[in-house]
Amino acid sequence: MTATATSARSDLSELGRSETALRTFLHGLPGVDQVGAEQRAAQLGTRSIKTTAKAEAIDLAIRMVDLTTLEGADTPGKVRALATKALRPDPADPSCPHVGAVCVYPAMVPYVAEVLRGSAVHLASVATAFPSGQAPLEVKLADTRAAVEAGADEIDMVINRGAFLAGRYSEVYDEIVATKEACGDAHLKVILETGELATYDNVRRASWLAMLAGGDFIKTSTGKVPVAATPPVTLVMLEAVRDFRAATGRQVGVKPAGGIRTTKDAIKYLVMVNETVGPDWLDPDWFRFGASSLLNDLLMQRTKLTTGVYSGPDYFTLD
Amino acid sequence: MFEYAPAPESRSVVDIKPAYGLFVDGTFVDPVDGGSFKSINPASEEVLAEIAEGGAQDVDRAVRAARTAYEKVWGPMPGRDRAKYLFRIARIIQERSRELAVLESLDNGKPIKESRDVDIPLVAAHFFYYAGWADKLPYAGFGPDPKPLGVAAQVIPWNFPLLMLAWKIAPALAAGNTVVLKPAETTPLTALLFAEICQQADLPAGVVNIVTGAGETGRALVEHPGVDKVAFTGSTEVGRAIARAVAGTRKKLTLELGGKAANIVFDDAPIDQAVEGIVNGIFFNQGHVCCAGSRLLIQESVADRVLESLKRRMAQLRVGDPLDKNTDIGAINSAAQLARIRELSDAGSAEGAERWSPPCELPERGFWFAPTIFTGVTQAHRIAREEIFGPVLSVLTFRTPAEAVEKANNTPYGLSAGIWTDKGSRILWMADRLRAGVVWANTFNKFDPTSPFGGYKESGYGREGGRHGLEAYLNV
Repeated sequence: MTATATSARSDLSELGRSETALRTFLHGLPGVDQVGAEQRAAQLGTRSIKTTAKAEAIDLAIRMVDLTTLEGADTPGKVRALATKALRPDPADPSCPHVGAVCVYPAMVPYVAEVLRGSAVHLASVATAFPSGQAPLEVKLADTRAAVEAGADEIDMVINRGAFLAGRYSEVYDEIVATKEACGDAHLKVILETGELATYDNVRRASWLAMLAGGDFIKTSTGKVPVAATPPVTLVMLEAVRDFRAATGRQVGVKPAGGIRTTKDAIKYLVMVNETVGPDWLDPDWFRFGASSLLNDLLMQRTKLTTGVYSGPDYFTLD
Repeated sequence: MFEYAPAPESRSVVDIKPAYGLFVDGTFVDPVDGGSFKSINPASEEVLAEIAEGGAQDVDRAVRAARTAYEKVWGPMPGRDRAKYLFRIARIIQERSRELAVLESLDNGKPIKESRDVDIPLVAAHFFYYAGWADKLPYAGFGPDPKPLGVAAQVIPWNFPLLMLAWKIAPALAAGNTVVLKPAETTPLTALLFAEICQQADLPAGVVNIVTGAGETGRALVEHPGVDKVAFTGSTEVGRAIARAVAGTRKKLTLELGGKAANIVFDDAPIDQAVEGIVNGIFFNQGHVCCAGSRLLIQESVADRVLESLKRRMAQLRVGDPLDKNTDIGAINSAAQLARIRELSDAGSAEGAERWSPPCELPERGFWFAPTIFTGVTQAHRIAREEIFGPVLSVLTFRTPAEAVEKANNTPYGLSAGIWTDKGSRILWMADRLRAGVVWANTFNKFDPTSPFGGYKESGYGREGGRHGLEAYLNV
């Protein structure tokens, strides 16, 4: 087993050097049966998480939130408020954990950095001509470097979907490698924009491509196209990170983003993580939710569990 | 790290009486000779209720009631009116689905998620589906005016108690027959609750009669000269005895018997979904499924990979309290069935196959068996030939599609089969050659009232479900 694992490891690192090798590998991955994958995801959604398990899941989910604002209308005031909330999501309850990270556009990074300095909350910035990725590579890399220099320690890049769908896998691969290099010490999350990839086979291939090229996380969506994170897409990506670790020994994180708004949904995702890849991924270092309105629902449910009564939405901050 | 807290479904939604009589001619009556037996909860061995044991005289009374109802009420009734009753029954089943699901899990031992999400919804769907046929029989393909047979004697098993009742009663009633049904002795409670639903729906007296009891009661029913049709689901051994008993009589017979289905995984299969299908194929309902995919045939080139994934998946299965909403595998239905599973599994080990189960803690009381796979199984092993009817999978390998077909067909049974491949043409090629009544492609254990179900060879004859299922209850 060790011998095969080692040889598999060296084989995989060579893949990126040739378009043919990359294509042969990606198209040799086992297919995904759409009906079966959707059925499995739905089944996992029927788990009943109650009482103590629910309380643990809510706190874990809060710690996994990448509190996000990605609007043209974002201002320093707006992102400062968001960053403050990230540090202390529930001002009324000091036992409430902080979120995983704040996620903003590069221009907003310096204002968030001021607030988060010295805290354990990460600062993520989208880059590489987010959300379309339709810019020359040099522009994308400059975008990335600027965000890191301004204080981001996590970069959420978008893959070149045009190149991917046209079958130019090397181009996608090389862009990820170059962005990873431009990140320096910052963690790289690779957004696949699964809503544009259309099939689960493509999601699995793009996941492997992103991992082979050195991505630290694979992320479903920008939140800017109609179809964002779905349970079956996340399931396919979790299976990919599980198989990638088995083949290479390297663990990659997963981040569903967009459309996750309720505690119930978040818990379904945690159940999926638990039963697909196991407890190694049940940690903010390895699983994140890209979300904004989710946090308040988590806080509301948390308060309900501790106090026994629901508070109105006015008791939770809107930032 | 992420432990699921207990999430038990409340059993207070169902009201179990201390004792039940026989349901004959629209009312509950005591058996003539006063015999009774107990139905227990297989997960705890707790006695649930005292059940009347029907004797020959009780069967006779029920058959007479069914005959009268057939001649006076149900037979002459226009199809559109029969449909109204069946639709009403279907709606009541939906309304009382939680109660039925809890009762089914208590009496049978199956997990609540299955009785809630599979059994009871399918029961209602069957009644809705056949209700739709009741006034359209001239268009079913059996001539312009097909006639019912008369009184149907129906004997059903314990693995899907209420679902098997629906498979039997819904088409019989839609076609204009009346029925006497005998549920299995270990799982009579949902059939008795169904009798109450018939009362609630104002179904005319005698159209549905439920006579509880064990093998002798069933024998008296199928041998009764007043029945026109016998339908049986259960073991091949009992099926043979019934075929002998009705030979030379006017009785029309359908049998749905055992199986030893091959679930065939090719090297180009979608592996993660195939593993789900393997798990669903053999561990659904504790493997108490006649069409269970109990023989896994894996192409040798992917065998290690599939087995590794399968074992990892099996370690996630949650065995325990059937009423916990997170339970995947419940209790074995009876001590006798548990003994049979143990005997065959021990034979598997003794004959040299390698046995594996994930670490799992089984409750102390009740009847339990951990999900188990045997690797290194050959066609010559007993566990590759005999129906185990439990959560035990025999794994064999093959090299070519032709070898897969040969091995899959090399069994006296022929109820179902599964094919896992990304290649559509291979699915069609295989389906043409597999001698099995149902062939699932990239799925397993999927049921629908519109789809006919039934076997080849020693898995029985006749079809249940769909338009084809009407034929068994029409004089054609």
